[in-house]
Parts: sequence; structure tokens; C-alpha cells
Amino acid sequence: MPETVTMEVLRYRPEEEVEPTWESFEVPVHSEWMVLDGLNHIKDELDGTLSYRWACRMGVCGSCGMMVNGRPVLTCATYLESLLPGPIRVEPLTGFPVIRDLVGDITDSMEKLSAVKPWIIRDTEKPLEEGEYLQTPEELAEYKQYSMCINCMLCYAACPVYRIDPDFIGPAAIALAQRYNMDSRDEGMQERMDVLSQHEGIWGCTLVGECSEVCPKNVDPAGAIQRYKVSATVDFFKSVLMPWGER
Amino acid sequence: MDHVVHDVLLVGGGGAGLRAALAVAETNPGLSVAVVSKVYPMRSHTVSAEGGAAAVVRPEDSLEAHAYDTISGGDWLCDQDAVEVFVREAPEEMVKLEHWGCPWSRQPDGHIATRSFGGMKIERTWYAADKTGFHMLHALFQTTLSYPPIARYDEWFVTRLLVDEGRCQGVVAVELATGKIQALLAKAVIICSGGGGKVFRFTTNANIKTGDGMALAYRAGVPLKDMEFVQYHPTGLPFTGILITEAARSEGGWLLNKDGHRYLQDYDLGTPQPTPVKRSMELGPRDRLSQAFVGESQAGRAVSTPYGDVVHLDVRHLGEAAIDKKIPFVRELCLKYQKIDPVKEMIPVRPVVHYMMGGIQTDLEGATPLQGLFAAGEVACVSINGANRLGSNSLTELLVFGARAGRAAARFAGSQADPSAALIAQAVDEERRLHRDFLDGSGGSERVSPLRNELQDALEEGAGIYRNEEGLRLAEERIRGLRERFRRVGLDDRSRTFNTEFISALELANLLDLAEVILSSALARKESRGAHQRTDHPERDDDEYLAHTMAYRSDEGTPRIEFAPVTITKWPPGERVYGN
Repeated sequence: MPETVTMEVLRYRPEEEVEPTWESFEVPVHSEWMVLDGLNHIKDELDGTLSYRWACRMGVCGSCGMMVNGRPVLTCATYLESLLPGPIRVEPLTGFPVIRDLVGDITDSMEKLSAVKPWIIRDTEKPLEEGEYLQTPEELAEYKQYSMCINCMLCYAACPVYRIDPDFIGPAAIALAQRYNMDSRDEGMQERMDVLSQHEGIWGCTLVGECSEVCPKNVDPAGAIQRYKVSATVDFFKSVLMPWGER
Repeated sequence: MDHVVHDVLLVGGGGAGLRAALAVAETNPGLSVAVVSKVYPMRSHTVSAEGGAAAVVRPEDSLEAHAYDTISGGDWLCDQDAVEVFVREAPEEMVKLEHWGCPWSRQPDGHIATRSFGGMKIERTWYAADKTGFHMLHALFQTTLSYPPIARYDEWFVTRLLVDEGRCQGVVAVELATGKIQALLAKAVIICSGGGGKVFRFTTNANIKTGDGMALAYRAGVPLKDMEFVQYHPTGLPFTGILITEAARSEGGWLLNKDGHRYLQDYDLGTPQPTPVKRSMELGPRDRLSQAFVGESQAGRAVSTPYGDVVHLDVRHLGEAAIDKKIPFVRELCLKYQKIDPVKEMIPVRPVVHYMMGGIQTDLEGATPLQGLFAAGEVACVSINGANRLGSNSLTELLVFGARAGRAAARFAGSQADPSAALIAQAVDEERRLHRDFLDGSGGSERVSPLRNELQDALEEGAGIYRNEEGLRLAEERIRGLRERFRRVGLDDRSRTFNTEFISALELANLLDLAEVILSSALARKESRGAHQRTDHPERDDDEYLAHTMAYRSDEGTPRIEFAPVTITKWPPGERVYGN
């Protein structure tokens, strides 16, 4: 194993430059080090001005997603040695406006996550004194996978539709809608369908499944989109065939 | 200077902060609530909590039993009135979270499932596989999205509390994206910014856990309580410090020394049985297990690695199916971060700094001694954790006391006039200070990262699992030197846009305060209790030290330690007995 590797980092300092520029750093390689450790080495030892986000370093907070050699990954879960001999190219996540260096503006995708009403919706609330809603392990399993999303936004960076149609609500938001739709405690599916149906982009999704490919938590947003399309189609036919509104 | 006004301001958007925000919104929907957080709320460190959250739910369990486990686990330093409130309100809070969509693991009939946890005599730990904190945080965050009055200031860093006429009425904060420094005024402020594990180098804590809220309150004259009590979790992965949840042991994992011996039997923790026995062996409390590790290491019975001595956590006998069902995240973390498969290999582990039992002094309503300022969660010390927190009590604590602080702050805010104009002048002063010390001028020669590393080493070496006067004094000396050098800190980065070096300098200032308080408190407590073990004072001394340390910031800027009484209601101090 070589002792060092070159990391090429895309820099963008809006107060100083109009265009992003590449900058190279030599970083030591240790078998335990992730790409994030390489970035931390740069920041702590070489150049304190490099900006990026990170927090947990255990793949669960979702902060440190970046493009590494052109692929969206969690940098805290990608070994440097898996990318040898380098150079290793690190860029901010595709599809998000860049604020500075490796920091993208995720406001748009955060608003999209909120738009699908990701909370339990019910006509009537069971009083707390009556205890929990019963939910069997099988019912839990129905939506569990979709509840594992860490909002790292890698799927947005990978999504070919979001890239050309910024109105597309996006893979994680649809998976999140399905997470609640399929929860036996929830009654809000129709409200969420109404939100999703305003987003024509869904039909542009070709189901190549890049989103599921890059998902670090196996949430399978592509599967969620497919399920949505089936329900939406059924919903559409119901509304056409049963115009008296039974749906 | 720009300013905005809210009724209630949350500093921190983790579990406690979001629970508090929801409580404000529920108590008085007319109030404007804002959550100020240096990260997006779902990035908060609650997300990393794994094992579960304790609340009495089984018929054979009782509130008294939960209280007794908590108080004995805390080596009788808990305030028992707080513990009584905690165990009483815990079940309803947990059900509430269930109603808010938390995907708790279930029994076959659909009821909540529970698991055993260290130091708990009866199964009462609710769990969502082994990503409990993650699911709780996301359920809370997503629920806040349904409340339009809850505004958010994502990626804003609070630098100072604004206090006028003895009342906290807001904060000064930096917006990371733009570098804008602004006054956020409020009738009540609740600090829920979590702990400060980053004062040590080897920690389970996320990089963001720099004790910010504790330092803010301390500098505003509020005492920090019991700060010498730092919890080492017995099972962290070497090098990364990633936590391997206690659930691995509650599901039946064994701790083995280099000879394959279940060494906890040699430390008065019971006799080994093939299946887990509660309050015994691997299900003993964290302080005792971490201390036992030191014993093995010193006796040469640990395994040495480039990242220090380790022992082994063996879960292989549980089988692949049980591991994947009950502790899938343990397997994921081991595969990804340790390159081993716990189905086939033993997990190397060592004790790692995990939690601060101490924090901002509050009463049962989360109110601090400073009017208008409230606190809840790890940042606070109410205190239910005493000298040693039991695993799975902290997630419940942030619900119970986050909710209480939210309700109390809502009531308080409802009775207050608008914040005073005098605060703007203070905020302008703060802006000038930030420019003078960090952003403008020629800048000093000292850099942030070496100072931070040296601070962490000083604490690691002087205030670890075992302490003594000499080591603590030496660490104090080193911190004094670092504080002096910090005055000459210079930034490479003077820009306004997302300046993370600026933020890390402010975080380092917080860590320095925290380090001093931990060391002063540890020096003042000349006894051994729970997680605070003094080799020069090895016994618990109830005559002198059945008391809370209260660290006040003196006029010279150094900590002044006072003692305050512990509230005892029903459980007189006794022996801590573990083992079957």
C-alpha cells in the first residue's frame, strides 16, 4: 500500500472566485482511514480553510455525502484504500447549489421532504391512556425499510430526473411518503397522493434505479417509486371509473 | 444590527430540543417557537443512540423498581424527586412517541417489545432494533414539520446568551451559510444542545459534541453541576470509538479477556451463566464494567493493539438470525468500520467516553437559576443520572424533561413582556468581539487543531476512568497553558461564507471552559463514587460528599466549586450490589 495518496478537492470560495477550482493535497493512507479522515487531515494539518460537513462518523447522521470519483457516497463510510492508487477526486453532491467548497445547499430537498407530510395523519387520535397502537412485526416490516432513510441526499445527487427537472420531488421524499403510507397507524395516504400527483416528474422516472444503487441504507427509493406508480394508476382508474368519489 | 423576536427559542435541535419545541406548540399554539441548531436537526447526535429507551410497561415491573435501579445505578447521587418524576412520566412519553410514529420493535401480538439493559432488574427498555435514537429523532423531527409555528434556524451557531435585568432574553448567533451575526430575541430560551464528549479524544460522540450549551450557560453565571462524572461506555471499537450497543450484551453477548475468560466474574459482578442475568455480569452498570477493563489491562490480560488494549465482545453464539434481527446495526458497523463479521469473529472493544452525567443545573421544570433560561437533555443535570447513568435512561430523559422544559418555558413566555431594547447593544458588542478575536486583525500564530488535540490528550491522561490529585493538577496546568495559547489563535479562514474554522475556534473556547470545570469538580470531590474514581480516595464518603458539585464561573474566569445537597426521598444511601 502506498504511503500517501493525492486527493483532488473541488474548491469554491464565493468571496474570492467566480468558478470552482481543483486543488490537490497529499494525504497519508492508513488502512482504517476513510475519505473523511483524509479531508480532516487536510483541514487540521494542511489548509484550515477547507469547508465540508460531518458529524457522527458512523454512517447515521447523513451529513458527509459527497461525490467521490464521480459517485455520491458517505465519505465517512468509504475507505481511502478502496480508491488507490488515486488520485481521489472529491466534489460536492451533484444537483445542489454549492455554498462553499464541499458544502451544498440542501434547502430544496429539505422542503421536498416536508412537502409529503411525513408524519402520522389520523382522523381521530387514540388517547394516550389507552396505550400504544398495536402493530404486528409483519405490519412493521411493511414500512421498516423506508424508515431507514438518513436524509443524506445521495439519491438526489444520483437521480437523472432531478438533474433535469428540479421540480421533481425526488427519491427520498417519495420513499418517505411511502414510509408513512404503509404504516398501519397512518390514514394520510390520500393527502400524500394528492401532493405526489402534482409532481409530474415521477412519471419521468425511468426506474433505472440509480437512487437505490447509491443508497447507503438500502432504503430502495426506486422500489418506493414503483409502488407509488402502481397505487397512483389504480387511484386514477378508480377516480375515472367511480366518479362518485369512492376511493 | 438585524434582530428577530420569538416567544420561545430552542438552542439545539436533537431529541430534547424537538420534544421541547413540540411541548411549547402543544401548550400554547399561539406562541412562536424557533429551533436554532448548528446542524440540521436530523443530524443531531441523538441519531447515534442505539440500544433503547427505558419506561415501565410490563405487568411485573413497577415505578419503584425503575427508580431503585436508577438511583443505585447512580451511586445515590441522583436527586430522587427528579427520578420519581422521571419514572412516572416515562411511559406516557414513550406512548406519545409511538403515536408520533416511532417504529418501536414489537411483540408478535403487536404490543411494544422490551429488552433488558445494564443495571436494570426488569426488562423495560423499549427499542427500535438497534437504531433507537435514529428512529426517535426522525419521528420527532418529522412530527415538528406538522407544526407550522415551529420555525427553524438550521446551521446557526449560538455564541452568547443575552441577559438583561437578570433575565435571559435571547441569543446571538452566526448563520453559517452567510456569516451573518444576528440577535435572536425571545421571552424564554431552552438549551438542549447535548453533551461535550469531544473534550476527550477517544469518544463515541459526534464531532459536534463540544459542550456549547454548557459553556453558554456557565458564562452567563449559571452553575454546572456534577461535571466530574463522565461516563465511559465499556464497548467502543478501537480507533474509531464507534459505540457497540449494550444491547449486544443484553441479547447475550459475552466480554472475554485474552484468555477467553469472562473476567467480570472476578470484579464482584456475579457468576457467569450461559444466558443473560439482569443486574449481573455483562448486564452490570457501565462504570463498573469500564473499571473492570482497566483491571484486566493492568494485569496484562487484555489484548494489545495499535490503538490500545482491547477485550473481546463475543456474540457469535447468538447466531446469524438473532444478530440480524436484534442487533443488525452492530453487524453493519463491525463490517463497515472494523472489517470483521461478528457472526464469525469476536469484536475488539475498549471503554470510550460516551456521556456527561453532569450539566446545567435545573429544577424539575427544566428551569435554571437564571430567569428565562431552561435546559433539558444531556446538557442539563436535573439530576436523574447521579454518578453513573444507566443505559437507556437518557433517551427517555430527553423526552420527559424536554417536554417539561417546553411546557414551563411556554408558561413563562406567556407571562413576559417583549424583550428589551438594551439587548441589541449587547449583541453589537458580541459581534465586535467575534470580529476582533477571530475574523479581523492580523491573527495569531496558534492554530485550532493542535490546541484541541492537546486539550483532549490532557483530559484523556488526567481525567480518565481512574483519577488522582497529581494527574488532575497536571491536566489543569496543561489546560491553563492551552487557554493562554488560545488567546493567540489565528484562523486561516477569514471569510464569511460557511467558515467552519471559525466555528471550530468557538467550539474550542467551549471545550476549554468544559475541561476546566471537569477538572476543578474532579479535584473537589475527594472520594470515589460511580464514574468518578479517585485512586487517592478510593472509598465513597457519604459524610462529606453525598452532595452535588456546583461549578460557578468566578470573576477571574476560573471555576469556583460549591456543594449542594442531594434530594433523598425514599431510598437511603446503600451498597450497590450487582451479581446473581
